[in-house]
Amino acid sequence: MIFTILKLGWKMLTRDRGGLFLSFLLPIIFFSIFIIIFGSAFSGGSTAPVSCIVVDLDNSQASHRFVQALKDDPSLKILTEPAHAADQPAHPYTRESAQEVVKAGDARVAAILPQGFGETVGSFSGDAPPVELLTDSITDPIAYQVVNGLMQRALIAGAPDIMIQRGLGEFEKYAGELTPHQRELMDRWLPQLRQEVESESSAATQPASSQPDSSAGSGGDADAESQPAKKSSFMDAGLVPTKVINVRTDHKTDWEALVAFQASATAVMFLLFAVSAGGGTLLEDQESGVLDRLLISNVGMSNLLLGKWLFIAMMGFVQVSVMFLWGAFVFHLELFTPEHLIGFIIMTAATACAASSLGIVLAASCKSRSQLGGLSTIVVLTMSAIGGSMFPRIFMSEKLQLIGKFCTFNAWALDGYRKVFYYNVPLVGLWPELLVLSCITVGLLILARILARRWEAA
Amino acid sequence: MSTVLSVVDAHKTYGETQALKGASITLNAGEWLGLLGPNGAGKTTLIRAIAGRVLLDQGRINLLGSDISSDRNLAIETRKRLGVVPQEIALYPLLTARENLQAFGTLSGIPAADLETRIEWALEWTGLADRAKDLAKTFSGGMKRRLNIACSVLHRPSVILLDEPTVGVDPQSRQRIWDMLAALRKEGAALLLTTHQLDEAQTVCDRITIIDHGRTIADGTMDQLVLDTIGPSRTVLLTLDAPPTSDLLTLSIICEDLTLRASMTDVAADLPPLLQRLHGAGRKVRDVQVQSPSLHSVFIHLTGRDLRE
Repeated sequence: MIFTILKLGWKMLTRDRGGLFLSFLLPIIFFSIFIIIFGSAFSGGSTAPVSCIVVDLDNSQASHRFVQALKDDPSLKILTEPAHAADQPAHPYTRESAQEVVKAGDARVAAILPQGFGETVGSFSGDAPPVELLTDSITDPIAYQVVNGLMQRALIAGAPDIMIQRGLGEFEKYAGELTPHQRELMDRWLPQLRQEVESESSAATQPASSQPDSSAGSGGDADAESQPAKKSSFMDAGLVPTKVINVRTDHKTDWEALVAFQASATAVMFLLFAVSAGGGTLLEDQESGVLDRLLISNVGMSNLLLGKWLFIAMMGFVQVSVMFLWGAFVFHLELFTPEHLIGFIIMTAATACAASSLGIVLAASCKSRSQLGGLSTIVVLTMSAIGGSMFPRIFMSEKLQLIGKFCTFNAWALDGYRKVFYYNVPLVGLWPELLVLSCITVGLLILARILARRWEAA
Repeated sequence: MSTVLSVVDAHKTYGETQALKGASITLNAGEWLGLLGPNGAGKTTLIRAIAGRVLLDQGRINLLGSDISSDRNLAIETRKRLGVVPQEIALYPLLTARENLQAFGTLSGIPAADLETRIEWALEWTGLADRAKDLAKTFSGGMKRRLNIACSVLHRPSVILLDEPTVGVDPQSRQRIWDMLAALRKEGAALLLTTHQLDEAQTVCDRITIIDHGRTIADGTMDQLVLDTIGPSRTVLLTLDAPPTSDLLTLSIICEDLTLRASMTDVAADLPPLLQRLHGAGRKVRDVQVQSPSLHSVFIHLTGRDLRE
């Protein structure tokens, strides 16, 4: 009896291809996709370099060498001036302009090398003026720590002669001056050492590890609020003392940032699930014969698709609105300011329209609801993973971030929501996201119409 | 009688399968035409072609005086006077009876001013007035069938195509459906009906068209079909008390156990002599049955007894 039941179960499973797919192949496909997305096979084992603006207020030989050492580090993407046309003069970043860029989210950290940096860097006394690290420490609590650690390394790797000079100075302070002979020997050796380092730098020698190590530095204060660096000794302050300054002053806590990010990330992911289910009503209508009846009644396929699309988009709009309202009332998301509310409405409308088009395309490309279930699960989870709904895209490799932008609209939607709720970008600043989402909407609708021809008279 | 629908020389091929190979039908105003055929004969393809859901490879369709096989816009306009009742229960299960009627009535182009009147008529007509606010999914099979028909005829079409409208319902619901359709006919609608309920088709249809293998193989009234196929003879069955002697059997009289099956053109003239011969041979006749030819007999005669699926 039990054997018969087992046999029946096996036969039913093997003859239901959709069920078989979901049971065995879907987990394998997901496993592979996530390995490709997040594994070293695709991303080369490295996250994206941390974009860091350097403003050199010291403008000394030592500071130049330090900046060059930072530029040589592949874990950093050092910017010293905004992009400009070849025939236009370069204008290096100022402290203010760098702060604005970080505030807008276009660079993760700005390092301000203070005047006197070259004179005091590497001092063991701990009284050197700190390098200010401007960052958004709420949404990006890692970048400034990475920069801090890599600055320590850059100093040692890029200017060991300075380090030795500073060390000798400290030695002489407590143990007495060097003899003239010792001084002469040191004066001969240090230029050689510097020459060696510079020749290595010009040959673009790679450091031993390309993996940023957030624990490398100890000089930066991880506190999100602006606090002076400790100056008791280099053991606390680091060889390059730093002072972390949060460029965001409008958000009181990182909790609010978390709510703003999670509300949009979760809303967009579940919006995709909702629209794929909404698109599935087309297949439901097909199976029940209602679709036939609708088409016989001269509704027309284009009208039918537009009607479905509009309904699913409206449903999606309401769904996202409910989530944000919940966030506002329960988790104190700042929704009810004029800028946030209008920005939210615009972004949600654009996102819901694009998502609705995707839902229709998914339905039109499947022959049954079980097929749609499998396909939409893969598409939604993959798009959500690389589009930033599962975790922030800034932690992904550059290549993956690029793929996220090109292959998903999660990335565009989330960027738009971040601009509204986090960066407080004026509404006009949403144009790139709105343009892309609108193009996606139209493109997918055209594709859906082409795919839906299979339902028409043939 | 004017022709409201005609299909001439319809051809349709799906891949390697030829669904229609020259089928032709005509439907006259106010007429009730039964379109019969074995499974896979091409009935549904023909109905779907008339409804605009299948494009013919060859052939012409004329609906209400318009050639709808060549002019797409004309076809869309003309088909507004066509009602199609699908074989499936094509309803929204989570809508009430009234909401289903509202939805399909609006999509059929009924003006808003007339819609409520038509819905009230449909609810009365289907006997669902007291269930108007109930969800369609809670209905019995017969109720769903009636609502299914109502949704297709709410816009008062002149020509109605019904694809097996009584399949899977009990005798009471079936009778109600035939009564409903008879009412439509009284209002002047012409009905094209496909069904496998041959006895019912024989009872309700004015004319029968039989198609097989994608072709029309017979068309006419019941009497014409009988004359054209089986002929005027009747089958007489006589149950005896003992097997007949061989001299009683002829080409037209065969024996099955104790039953004699005789084919007679004139029963009044041919039956008495046979009874006398049986009496003379010492056989007693326990029962006599005279069978009239049925649509079933005609159908089997034309399409054979072989299974098609």
